[in-house]
Amino acid sequence: MRHTLEVLNQDTSQPCDRSQRYNPTDRKVTTQQIVMLRPGRSQRYDPTGRNATTQQVVTLRPGKPQRYDSSRNSRRIKDRLFFYLVCCCTFLTLIPLFLILWELIQKGYRQFNLGLFTQVAPTSMEAMLARISGDALPGGILNGITGTLLILFVAILAAIPLGIWVGIYLAEKGERPLARLVRNLADLLQGIPSIVTGIIVYIWVVRPMGGYSALAGSVALAVMMLPMVIRSTEESLKMLPASLKEAGLSLGGSYASVMLRVLLPSAFSGLFTGSLIAISRVMGETAPLLVTALGAAAINWDLSRPTSSVSLLIWEFYNDPNLAPLVWSSSLLLLLIILCINLSAKSIATKWKTQ
Amino acid sequence: MEDTVKYILELKNVSVSYSPGKQAVDNVSAGIQPHTVTAIMGPSGCGKSTLLRAVNRLHELYRDIRTTGEILLKGESVFRMNPMQVRRLAGMVFQRPNPFPTMSVYGNVLAGYKLNNISLSQAEKDGIVERSLRSVNLWDEVKDSLNKKGTFLSGGQQQRLCIARTLALKPELLLMDEPTSALDPISTARIEELILELKKQVTILIVTHNMSQAARISDQSMFMYLGELVEFGPTKQMFTKPRDKRTEDYLTGAFG
Repeated sequence: MRHTLEVLNQDTSQPCDRSQRYNPTDRKVTTQQIVMLRPGRSQRYDPTGRNATTQQVVTLRPGKPQRYDSSRNSRRIKDRLFFYLVCCCTFLTLIPLFLILWELIQKGYRQFNLGLFTQVAPTSMEAMLARISGDALPGGILNGITGTLLILFVAILAAIPLGIWVGIYLAEKGERPLARLVRNLADLLQGIPSIVTGIIVYIWVVRPMGGYSALAGSVALAVMMLPMVIRSTEESLKMLPASLKEAGLSLGGSYASVMLRVLLPSAFSGLFTGSLIAISRVMGETAPLLVTALGAAAINWDLSRPTSSVSLLIWEFYNDPNLAPLVWSSSLLLLLIILCINLSAKSIATKWKTQ
Repeated sequence: MEDTVKYILELKNVSVSYSPGKQAVDNVSAGIQPHTVTAIMGPSGCGKSTLLRAVNRLHELYRDIRTTGEILLKGESVFRMNPMQVRRLAGMVFQRPNPFPTMSVYGNVLAGYKLNNISLSQAEKDGIVERSLRSVNLWDEVKDSLNKKGTFLSGGQQQRLCIARTLALKPELLLMDEPTSALDPISTARIEELILELKKQVTILIVTHNMSQAARISDQSMFMYLGELVEFGPTKQMFTKPRDKRTEDYLTGAFG
């Protein structure tokens, strides 16, 4: 069996031509190089090394610098340029993010007090009196917080279990026509503007029920969450190695018990983070709630009645010059909550990751 | 008729195709006697694993895979049995160790019972776990960390855990799909020793493309090439006096 010896330069891995093939007497070649030994007659350079039968690192005798050294400087400059460009772009995107946070903290910290969590939104008159006397605005956004909790809770209850079931179907029977249709629809649904979703839900729920309600708001948010939950479930189940399912089934488990006891728990971190991200995305939605939950001045736990939410309150505060200072503190709160959810989603994703 | 009783596993004209007209396993017939180790050898893509997976009906999970012919497990057609029952009788060990990542070592051994909804008393559970782990020589290594995740073990330990998980259900046949190809030589040696010990309890069908491994552990060997069963007989004879030219070529390293 004949072997061809070839030299790959370790630093540049540049294709070498015939003249640069390994030659033990060649004093031009320096440093460590990978030598590929491969059988057969082919003399062609094989950059993947796939046809190599053995791979050895040999140290060659020192001598004059190598031929392709001349190109190294320009390569290094290009490398650097690329790196600085990447850094620059990253920095540019960070600027607005930090400016937003800075603005909110600067303008909102004065109103960010206990009252924000314990009192309902003030009326325009109360706020005006406080402003005239130079005090901090009375009241808070308790009605918004409770409303957000209520609307979100019902939306989660509807969207997450349903989304997970559909996600399982897509992951398992993904090539069926129905599954393809569902997958495409889910992708499409993600792109629907939220106000459009809101108006559709207005027609579906608000009109038949005869009025705005927390339930209508929940339906709107659930519709928005559903595609995200479906796709994240599908993706995290598909990430699992096929051998896991085969191992479960080859122990004689039924399909349902393998799914419930092996696959879903193994994909749990993916499912959980996907759901958290979906929650944090819809948490700040305002437009669909405007036409479904409408808003309310008092705390409301009744699903069939109009309800406020943090985002709706921000909108109301924005529209009332007397209440404007509250915009910042409530925005800050909303942002902090969403940030917390996102961060915990990230840490869960890394911490609970199996394997 | 006597033959069918003698064999624990009998393959009759088994063919498997991944897409119409393309046979991955072509008309394979063979009989396996109880308490033997049978190695299936052959170059990559010759249908070794495909044949193995036909036995416990794993191919049914995938569309487009067609299995024809007859596979008799203890004289009964696997296609007429409940697939779950087949898979309990014919346990499988995979190429890569795949303990269930969410379960502890303890839970992994009992996974088969859990997946089959069989409830056990605590004493029964402890007994099964200890017996299964002892039979794969893993008990002494993990008895203090039974509550740790199975994935924290080393690769070789994980593979033995997977064998223990399969043995816990007391299968009659153990299907092993290149169980040592992802392991280092020391772990491989331990698994090989284990296989020779397990022969007393179960019948083993092992896919391997390591010829020396086949020579070390198997009583009889199958040589497959391009989906066809080229030669099937006692390992010693196959390695010393192969009947077929292709077997000889493969064993001497002319191809593959």
